[in-house]
Formats: sequence, structure tokens, C-alpha cells
Amino acid sequence: MKMKLKPVKLSAKRAVAPVGHPVVPLKERRLNFGNKWDYAPAPEDSKSYVIAPQHELFINGKFVAPASGKYFESINPATEQTLTTIAAANAEDVDKAVKSARRAYDKVWSKMPDRERGKYLYRIARIIQEKSRELAVLESMDGGKTIKESRDVDLPLVAAHFFYYAGWADKLKYAFPGKTPQPLGVAGQIIPWNFPLLMAAWKIAPALACGNTVVLKPAETTSLTAMRLAQIFQEAGLPEGVVNIVTGAGETGAALVNHPDIDKLAFTGSTEVGKRIAEAVAGTKKKLTLELGGKAANILFEDAPLDQAIEGVINGIYFNQGHVCCAGSRLFVQEGIYSTVIKKLRDRIQTLRVGNPLDKNTDIGAINSKPQLEKIRELVQSGVDEGAQLTQTACALPAKGYWYPPTFLTGVTHAHRVATEEIFGPVLSIMTFRTPEEAFERANNTPYGLSAGVWTDKGSKIFKMVSKLRAGVVWANTYNKFDPTSPFGGYKESGFGREGGLQGLSAYVRLT
Amino acid sequence: MSDLRLDVRKTYKMYVGGQFIRSESGRFLPAKSSAGEHLDNICHASRKDLRDAVVAARPATDGWAKKTAYLRSQILYRAAEMLENRASALIAEIARSTGVSNGQARKEVTLAIDRLVYFAGWSDKFSQVFGSVNPVASSHFNFTTPEPTGIVVVLAPDEPSLVALVSLVAPIILTGNSAIVVASEKYPLPALTFAEILATSDLPGGVINILSGKHAELLPHIASHMDINAIVDASGSAETQVALQKGVATNLKRYTVRTLSDKDWFTKAGEDPYWIMDTVEFKTAWHPIGI
Repeated sequence: MKMKLKPVKLSAKRAVAPVGHPVVPLKERRLNFGNKWDYAPAPEDSKSYVIAPQHELFINGKFVAPASGKYFESINPATEQTLTTIAAANAEDVDKAVKSARRAYDKVWSKMPDRERGKYLYRIARIIQEKSRELAVLESMDGGKTIKESRDVDLPLVAAHFFYYAGWADKLKYAFPGKTPQPLGVAGQIIPWNFPLLMAAWKIAPALACGNTVVLKPAETTSLTAMRLAQIFQEAGLPEGVVNIVTGAGETGAALVNHPDIDKLAFTGSTEVGKRIAEAVAGTKKKLTLELGGKAANILFEDAPLDQAIEGVINGIYFNQGHVCCAGSRLFVQEGIYSTVIKKLRDRIQTLRVGNPLDKNTDIGAINSKPQLEKIRELVQSGVDEGAQLTQTACALPAKGYWYPPTFLTGVTHAHRVATEEIFGPVLSIMTFRTPEEAFERANNTPYGLSAGVWTDKGSKIFKMVSKLRAGVVWANTYNKFDPTSPFGGYKESGFGREGGLQGLSAYVRLT
Repeated sequence: MSDLRLDVRKTYKMYVGGQFIRSESGRFLPAKSSAGEHLDNICHASRKDLRDAVVAARPATDGWAKKTAYLRSQILYRAAEMLENRASALIAEIARSTGVSNGQARKEVTLAIDRLVYFAGWSDKFSQVFGSVNPVASSHFNFTTPEPTGIVVVLAPDEPSLVALVSLVAPIILTGNSAIVVASEKYPLPALTFAEILATSDLPGGVINILSGKHAELLPHIASHMDINAIVDASGSAETQVALQKGVATNLKRYTVRTLSDKDWFTKAGEDPYWIMDTVEFKTAWHPIGI
């Protein structure tokens, strides 16, 4: 840390304030580091990684040009510069990919001894670990997330996911006592742009471990690292066609969803699109799992460990620019600590550093795309128009790129759009409550049910809240923690099915 | 008694929120035997009746889910006791409705009772078998437990009229869900007699609700209702399946099809404990470990 703060000498004699340094009353104290809070730039090296100017589709183990001959640009949202061009797959390409996956399923993967299947996944996990820094840098350049997060959160979890599910491949019968688990066949998987590689790992690893083959469609703004993953599959010697990757926008996704030879569809994304997919598969034999939006309540009780809780609230909403489906975007504060919490939050967000995602000191990176930035602006404006009070950091934002400062809104009521709609940005809506009953009732008063947070030092209260909250993941005295052994997924309109853990296997097997 | 005595015919009421009700629409339908004989009358449920059933089931599921697993288990076992006690009424109902022999009807009723006992025992075991403590790679305690999803609509098949119904409903309610059953359109009487027996058990009102009437009329309303959490469809009809799956797109109801042949319901295939998993939600909780 290059903070230019004078070290404080600790001495037993300093029990009283030294003469000439009057004690500032507590209520007037504010964190104000001024320009002392400036760090020297510490950018991660990105020069040593070469990005090819054009990326093809990955079908049957080879990189092939799209049938349409069309490509689209992928930009770095922090600089608005074009990083590369990506192939746009149409229905013909998707059909080729599905056929390749079917062939690989019938001829190779379903016949592969389960232990060998597992060993491929172990090998993939190892290669990911070895290329972890490169992948993290590319992830940050392509999606705008900070290197701190892509390097320390995304990539370790990506590798861990492959390691975890690798070990399941030859132990599946123990996951389903009394049953014989069988693979489903070809899985079509559509993933979002907020955790591009991690979502690919969440989808691909359990599918392959259970003996399925895959056609994956990455999000159009973040396809770059998925294509690197394709290279890793090649390097690992994964049999041709076991994983196919088709890039493109909604049209590509629709072709995958509607393809008649898909046995299983897994989608992570918005609730709106999830519902359309559910409608499209009605009347088909396709097995479906959906991991959709959220509007999580983070509930802060008076007896919470306050400083820890503030850190948890900050991490809960500003992690990954708030582009997190389980983000703690509604903060419920018990009335007695409201003014203290607001003061601490106001001071804490001033210390968040927005800027170059590749700088190791950056806390908040770039918003993933221009449309997303516009959506955030529009929703925050609606909050202000409807009467909420806006607090934002005073930090300067870079001139180029898509940026949004850490923001919170107070005076929010349930009638406000910012209290009910998913913003998917660094914007926190703050409300108050009096009793635990009021807290869980209001927390549950949403069509979503993905996650929730509880902060209190009283154990019995935690268990009560955990049981009352209608959400698939409840973080108590912590937030936004993920692990391959821990199932993730929603109640209600946040989707169905679980990803991760023992329970995550169910989505990819047929029990006989 | 004189041969001149006239039978007292009954109109079977529907079972909603622990009450026996007629359709708010005032409509009735004849219940006929397999031979076409007019046996009795049943209520013809309307959209409003379905909505009323949901209103009754919502608080019921809250209370039922809150009961201990041990108590739910005992209450289901008590229901089996009541069925055993009233077996002859059910045997007669099945035989006269579906036209099977008394022997076959007896076989079905005794199996239904045994199956209820079987599932009763799962109440306090399913979360141990299907839940988990997860060894996360950080200093957190992390565990996953299955919880009831809420209100589940059940489409029962025509045959076997009782054992299928029990096999469908038991794995739903044993976790704390409540069920709204749309009885077989062809043979509704065994389901309605089952309701009359349940009413004398300790099962709280509203945990099982039974409607009768025309499936086609109710399907779109089941699919579009925003406060129904899940559907278990054993109708066996492709059209019904498509109509109900629209409900997934409405509010992401959990939707499961049970495709068993009439004979399958009498085998082990009809008592799959993994069916419990179709109407639960897995909740994962995290807490730091530290001092």
C-alpha cells in the first residue's frame, strides 16, 4: 500500500490527547483523505498477451468460420476500443454444433469410462490454473471487471469448479442413493456476461462430469475468454465435439433453445428471457434449469457487528460493479442504527476507487456495455424522480469507457422502481425496518428469491431469518461468497435448479 | 325395510381449506360408473373455486411447514390409520366407480394405506438424505437444506383412482407443502371419499384440497395463477402438459410430469422418494467461522 500516511507511533503514554491536538467530537469526524487517497498506478501487464484479431466458432474440436460469414466487434468497455471480432453463429452453425455434440455423445463421451471422463476435467482444471493470470487479464479487458476480482475470485473459482466436478465423474452413484444416474445427452447452455468464464465453468463442468456433451453460447459482449477456454479444451485433448462453443447474440441463443436435438437447456440471465425460454420448451422433452435475476435483501440488525456489516454491504452491492444477480441491492436497516449506517456507508463509498479495471488498486471497474450503463442511469433517475435521495462518490470518472460511480439511494419505498426492479449496477436502495417479522416479510415481498443477507450477532436470530427468507442462498454475517461445493440458485422467479455442489448434479442426470 | 325405499342420493362436495363446499358457480356434474350408470353428483369447479382453494392453501402451507417433521410424520401416519379404519368405504367406492372387482379395489386401498405409511416415514428423513453440509474452501460453515416450495397443484390420473392420488400427494405434503388436487374427471368419487376420510384425520385444513370438475376448463387458470408454486401433472395428456407448461413461463412454477402406466402405480415405481425433490427448494446458508 502506497498510502502517504504518517505511521502512528503507539505508546502507552498516549492515553490522553497530546496538547495542541484537540479531540474532534465523534459525530463530526469524517473520513477525508483528500489527495492522500491517490495511489500510484499499478496496472497489470496486458501487453504480453496477444489477442487474435478474429475469433471463429468452436465446433467439433476445430475453429471454423460461421456459415453467415458475419462477425461482430467485441470492445473493451473501459476504453471503448475494439479488442477483436467474434463470429456470429446462425441456425446452420448451431445445427452443426448440436450434431457434433450428438456425435461425440453417442460415439465417445457416453462410452468413456467415468474415471477417464473425470481425468479430462482434472486436466482442464490444471491448465486453467496455469493460464490463470492470462485469463484474468483477458476477462478484465473484455468485460470491464477489476483485475482484483478476476484474478482473486473468478479464476480461482473457475479452476476449482472443474476440480470439484472432476471428482464426481466416477462417484455419481453415491450422489443418488438407490438410483442409477444416466447422462441426459446434449446440453445447450447459455451464459451471461457478468462472470463469463465462471459461468462457463458452472455449466460445462457438471455437464461433462455427468457424461453429457455441450453446446455453449457465451454472451455477445464477453465471448473472448470462452474462446480461450476452447483452446484449453484442445490442449487438454478433450475429444472432438464434447464441447462446442457458438458465439453470437439473441438469434444464436434462440437457435440453440429451439433446436430439436437438445436434451437439456441451462440458462443464466434475465428473468424476462428465462420466461421466454420456458415458453419455448413447453411441450418438448427438454429438461430445463434457469438461474435468473434477483433483488436481494441485505438485512442489518441493530445487534450486528457494524463495521463488518458495512464491509459486507459494500461487497454485497459494489462487487463486480453490481453486475451480480445475487447482489444485495436492497438494504434493510433496523431503525435504531440507521443514521450511523448511512454515515459509515457514505464515508466508505468515498474510498472506493473507480477506474482502470487492470489497475490492481481499482475497486470498481467499467460497466459492461453502453446499454447496461443507460439502463442503470435510467433506473437511478427514476428513483430520484420518485423521491429518493441520491448519494454518490465524488470521484472523477475516466473520460472514455462506460462508468458509473458507487451510488446509494435513501428514502426509498417499496413503491419505487429502484426497490423492486433489478438494476444490475453499483446502486443500493436503502430502507428501514423495526421488527424481524417486518424485515423478512418485506425482504420476501418480491417475485425474486435468489439470495439474501442477514447481519446480527445473535445466533438464534440468524437461524430464524435463514428459515424465513425465501431465497436459495442466505449469507449470514457475510455476503457474496461462492464455492463449487455450495449449491446456488433461486426460489420463485429467480429460476429453478441448483448449480454447484451435490445438488448441482441433478440438473445433468436422469435417474433410473 | 320395504323394497319401496328410495335411495338417498348424495352430491359430493369439494374439500377446500378443511371445509366441504359446493362450487361457488352452483354447477354440478353427474358422476358415472365405467358402465355409464349415473351414480351420484359432483361439484363442477370454477376458476373462482380454484382461486379460493389457493387462498385457503397459502396460510395452510405456512402453518404446516412450521410444524416439526416428527409431527408431520405422525399426522400422515394418523391419516393412514383413518384410511385403514374406513377401507371398506373406499373399496366400495372404487369398485362401483371404476368397475374393478372388489378384490382388486381392496388391493388398491391396502396399497394406498401402506404407501402413505411409507411416505409418512420420509418426513423426518428427506432433509438428512438430500440435504448436505458443504466443505467450502474458506472459513465458513455452509449447509444446504430442502424446504417446501409452497402450493402445489396435482393433476391426478383417472386410474388407479386412489393409489395414484395418494402416491402423488404424499411426497408433496410430507415436506410442508400444501396440495390442490384436481380429481380425475372420469372417476372423481374415490378422491372425494378420500377427502371425507382425511377430514377426520389430524391433517390441518387446507393442506390437501380436492376440486372436481372439468380439467380443460381449469388448466389455463392453473397455469396463469401467480400464487401457485408448482404443478405435478400425472394426467398423461400431451395437450394438458403443454397447457400447464405455459405456467412455467408465467411465474416460473416448478412443473413435473409423472408418466406411469396404470400398472406402474402398483409397483415400486409408484413410490419414488426422489419425487419429494420435485416440490422442494434447496436453501444454502453461509456463516463465517471465527471468534
